[in-house]
Amino acid sequence: MVKKEESMAAIKVITGNSAAAYGAMLCRPEVVAMYPITPQTEVVEELSRFHAEGRLEAEMVEVEGENSAMNIVTAASAAGARVFTATSSYGLVFMYDALLQTAGYRVPVVMVIANRETPGITGVSAGQQDMISTRDSGWISLVASNCQEILDSVIMAYRLAEDSEVQLPVMVNYDGFYLSFLAEKVEIPSREKVDAFLSPLKNQPPRPVLVPGKPAGFGTHGLLEGYIELRYKHFAALERAKGKFEDIDRLFGKHFGRSYGGQVDAYRTDDAEIVLVAAGSVTGTAQRVVDLQREKGVKIGLVRLRMFRPFPRERLAQVLKGKKAIGVIDRSICFGWNCGPIFMEIRALTPEIGPIPMQSFICGMANMDVSTYQIDRMVELVQSASAGNEYQEVRWISMEE
Amino acid sequence: MLRPFQFKEEAGWSHADRLLLCLDTGSWRTVHPVVDNDKCSYCGFCSLYCPVQCMANRGDHFEPNLTYCKGCGICARECPRKAIVMEKEGDS
Repeated sequence: MVKKEESMAAIKVITGNSAAAYGAMLCRPEVVAMYPITPQTEVVEELSRFHAEGRLEAEMVEVEGENSAMNIVTAASAAGARVFTATSSYGLVFMYDALLQTAGYRVPVVMVIANRETPGITGVSAGQQDMISTRDSGWISLVASNCQEILDSVIMAYRLAEDSEVQLPVMVNYDGFYLSFLAEKVEIPSREKVDAFLSPLKNQPPRPVLVPGKPAGFGTHGLLEGYIELRYKHFAALERAKGKFEDIDRLFGKHFGRSYGGQVDAYRTDDAEIVLVAAGSVTGTAQRVVDLQREKGVKIGLVRLRMFRPFPRERLAQVLKGKKAIGVIDRSICFGWNCGPIFMEIRALTPEIGPIPMQSFICGMANMDVSTYQIDRMVELVQSASAGNEYQEVRWISMEE
Repeated sequence: MLRPFQFKEEAGWSHADRLLLCLDTGSWRTVHPVVDNDKCSYCGFCSLYCPVQCMANRGDHFEPNLTYCKGCGICARECPRKAIVMEKEGDS
């Protein structure tokens, strides 16, 4: 039963959570298992509502926790179903063992994460530390920066996850609180259009699935070399995912009229001398600052990271090469490396982009706003470093007066 | 040059009735069971207790499948007639 609501494209003012739920619903998942947690709860509520209204024909599994949620969608995906789940922070770490299985099993689960600070210091507040904690899980990790992009990224995520040359779970990250509860204008595409966009997935060679009565070994590794072989293939699939995501983003643009630059969105970087790098909602503010700084004659650009894993090394090297200095904004920290995690990864590109001044700006953790004033200050610091002045590599901007 | 892949698929899929049992667990062994059929009463304890189920029922006696037997010795320990002894590899 397809209700009228989805037969035509619509423009609505909805929250980031609602956008995630709309994106998922339009992709027709067959099994959904989620457990509510702040700030993701609304995703669960919205999808339950869609189900109750007959707009989502999925098996909704009521679970007692996130660990079950991830195990259920993983198993359902192994049985061939299209699946969806959503979580945040404590919920994400509660499903961590299952999360690693999902990736190791190479099943195309799609999950959204409303990013929030992780356990350690109880913080019911925004921050990207939970996303960072999944760095080496083997998942593909996308980051959205506004409500429209959340919806669009979920649709792209299915196209990417279920590609027969990828076969990997994909998580779509968006800032909890800042985006999860922010209501803004979102264009909701028609169901027909989404069906058409996802239809090439049906023409692929079928992936093996679990079938009752047909015993099969799954998630097994053989011995020694078998394990290495599966990791080797996983690596190769992640490398392929980068190019695939570029293609999917481009095709999405043709189909829906919106595209986001693929793995990275480079804003006014072509003639820029200095560049800021960031991921998530903070890039909206940063973009505004870049525009204002440009008016003042500062040659600055912004690089918005849309894909955190696999890390878009090649694209970033291409965009950042030849710049005089870089500043990286992190809403999370890299314990034991005395810097922000995205900064650490950008710094690892030094052989490709040369030994230019790079600065790590740690800010925006625990719901601390990253203001235009603070970003102006970062621009000033990066500018100064680009002029050859001495600079402090790591700064806790939220701690400064 | 890479060695040929073991798995046909991207993920670790295998046929439960073939590939999974193809591990050469017999090579892990340092001792193996030897059954004295004169002492054996064909009670089946060895077969019941064998963790890898490699004590094969031959109708009137039991025979260890040495391709998979890891030499744990549980069969010898559980045999009520002491009809099974563990002998060192290479001794017989």
